[in-house]
Amino acid sequence: MIQDKSLGRRLFQVINYLILILTSLLCILPFVNLLAVSFSGSAAVSAGDVVFWPIDFNTNAYEFALKGGEFFQALWVSVQRVILGTLFNLILMVLTAYPLSKTKTKVAGRGIYMGFFVITMLFNGGIIPNYLIVVKTGLIDSLWSLILPGALPVFSMIILMNFIRGLPEEIEESATIDGASPLQILIRIILPLLKPALATVGLFSIVGHWNSWFDGIIYMNDTANYPIQSYLQTLLLNFEQIMQRSNNDYTQLLAMMNVRTGRAAQLFLGALPILVVYPFLQKYFTTGLVLGSVKA
Amino acid sequence: MLNKIWRQREFHFMLIPGVVLVFIFSYLPFYGLIISFQDYNPGLGFNSPWVGMENFEHVFHQPNFLRTIWNTLYMSVFKIIGGVIVPVIFALLLNEVARTFIKRTFQTLVYLPNFLSWVIMAGIMIDILGSGGIVNSFLGLFGVAPISFLGDPSIFPWSMIITDVWKGFGFGTVVYLAALASIDPGLYEAAVIDGAKRWKQTLYITLPLLTPTIVLMSVLSLSNVLNAGFDQIFNLYSPSVYESGDIIDTYVYRLGIQQAQYSVGTAIGLFKSVVSCIMVTLSYFLAHRVAGYRIF
Repeated sequence: MIQDKSLGRRLFQVINYLILILTSLLCILPFVNLLAVSFSGSAAVSAGDVVFWPIDFNTNAYEFALKGGEFFQALWVSVQRVILGTLFNLILMVLTAYPLSKTKTKVAGRGIYMGFFVITMLFNGGIIPNYLIVVKTGLIDSLWSLILPGALPVFSMIILMNFIRGLPEEIEESATIDGASPLQILIRIILPLLKPALATVGLFSIVGHWNSWFDGIIYMNDTANYPIQSYLQTLLLNFEQIMQRSNNDYTQLLAMMNVRTGRAAQLFLGALPILVVYPFLQKYFTTGLVLGSVKA
Repeated sequence: MLNKIWRQREFHFMLIPGVVLVFIFSYLPFYGLIISFQDYNPGLGFNSPWVGMENFEHVFHQPNFLRTIWNTLYMSVFKIIGGVIVPVIFALLLNEVARTFIKRTFQTLVYLPNFLSWVIMAGIMIDILGSGGIVNSFLGLFGVAPISFLGDPSIFPWSMIITDVWKGFGFGTVVYLAALASIDPGLYEAAVIDGAKRWKQTLYITLPLLTPTIVLMSVLSLSNVLNAGFDQIFNLYSPSVYESGDIIDTYVYRLGIQQAQYSVGTAIGLFKSVVSCIMVTLSYFLAHRVAGYRIF
């Protein structure tokens, strides 16, 4: 770009940087505050003195969260959900995207299949009919109620489909001549080439499953089956009640912290996995954005 | 025909798992929509007595239903406007930063809130917007009396609009930066030779070339006009702000799931789905016509 060194330009640059810095700070300071509150003493938090640095540093709130049974239980449900759910998503997406990336002549009824899947992106039954189906299929209170209803994410499947279409056709043709069946081609040839796209849609699934909370709330009657986000959601509503129920042995710790520190610590722990993988996420989500749209 | 399908059987077998799961969890709920024309009784299930349009009439005559529609439209329209303007401005400002590393750092910071669930975000909001939270402490420095951001019905919708734009603008920024990066640098060089300063360049080159993307993003967000943000509002509202904060989805939840009025809840859900479906179709059609965008 051509350099402009006029006074006006320099003034603009200074103001521009100020605006950008302020806006960016606005996006991360709430998390810094959360972290500071979670490590602070109860009295300082109640007085509203904690800003971006902990006062009376202590780890009571974390000890409390990590000793409590319910937090770990919810974490375990979420870990299972993310692993199984993502695995299911990936398998179903690959199996569906590969035939649908073919032309009409290779797969009869391709248009019908596409319509069948795309309609579900436009129209859905709404929460009550969905809930009734989960009840009828007997999945209530089971981990599968969080995995099976969304087992095929149609949007991600379309991203994969577009990606497969971009692969050179000759590889497949030569494999066909060598006598490979479609399933063999899919597993031996397409799958390895699909790795970058799978990383993208896989991360979509991981984040989606980790962050989901509403299905947990409506499909689980027993709060012991709540995934982490659903558990945190109930925590927002009535912290004390839940804490007293789950941690009878830790009343001493409970007395040393207040609602805000306790909640902050658990929220931070719930956000931590995403914060850790965030640098990778960002890259892949941006790629997914590009793969998702075909400019005609 | 059958012969042909038999020859392609492997492809069709691959599609079976996806078709079956989508049929069960997306199409069977469509059948469940019939309960909006029935007086649903869990004991009788789908054999409950038919009541025609009674549920719809009942809903439309409720004074708080119209209020709910108004709240939904009010909040989503401002969220859409803010959700387009803020990222465009931020991307334009960011584009003036010459150094890639600095640019990427800002981008990373503002993109972060997109990846955390509204449960975590709501926890943070409740904490920082509360009477002892940092926002009110900060305003207190200027002599502003504590504001009840989440408890005052006249402020609540704007708290939702601003926090939603805050959480989401990083995503839009990434999209617009990608569009800006694809502008031919030769155009700027030519403009400089013609004596155009940075501002004129922005006005006559950058903005016109960014317009298709802006139109596309606005048109696509049109499909969300009846979704004013269930995740956000559900986690942040309370009975004291129902009058201005209740949206269609939260209303369906309270009526349908909490009060177990399955038929009435489904009727509202169906009404919303039909209107939303029309909006989505319309917006995708417009996006295709105006910006040449298609997703499959």
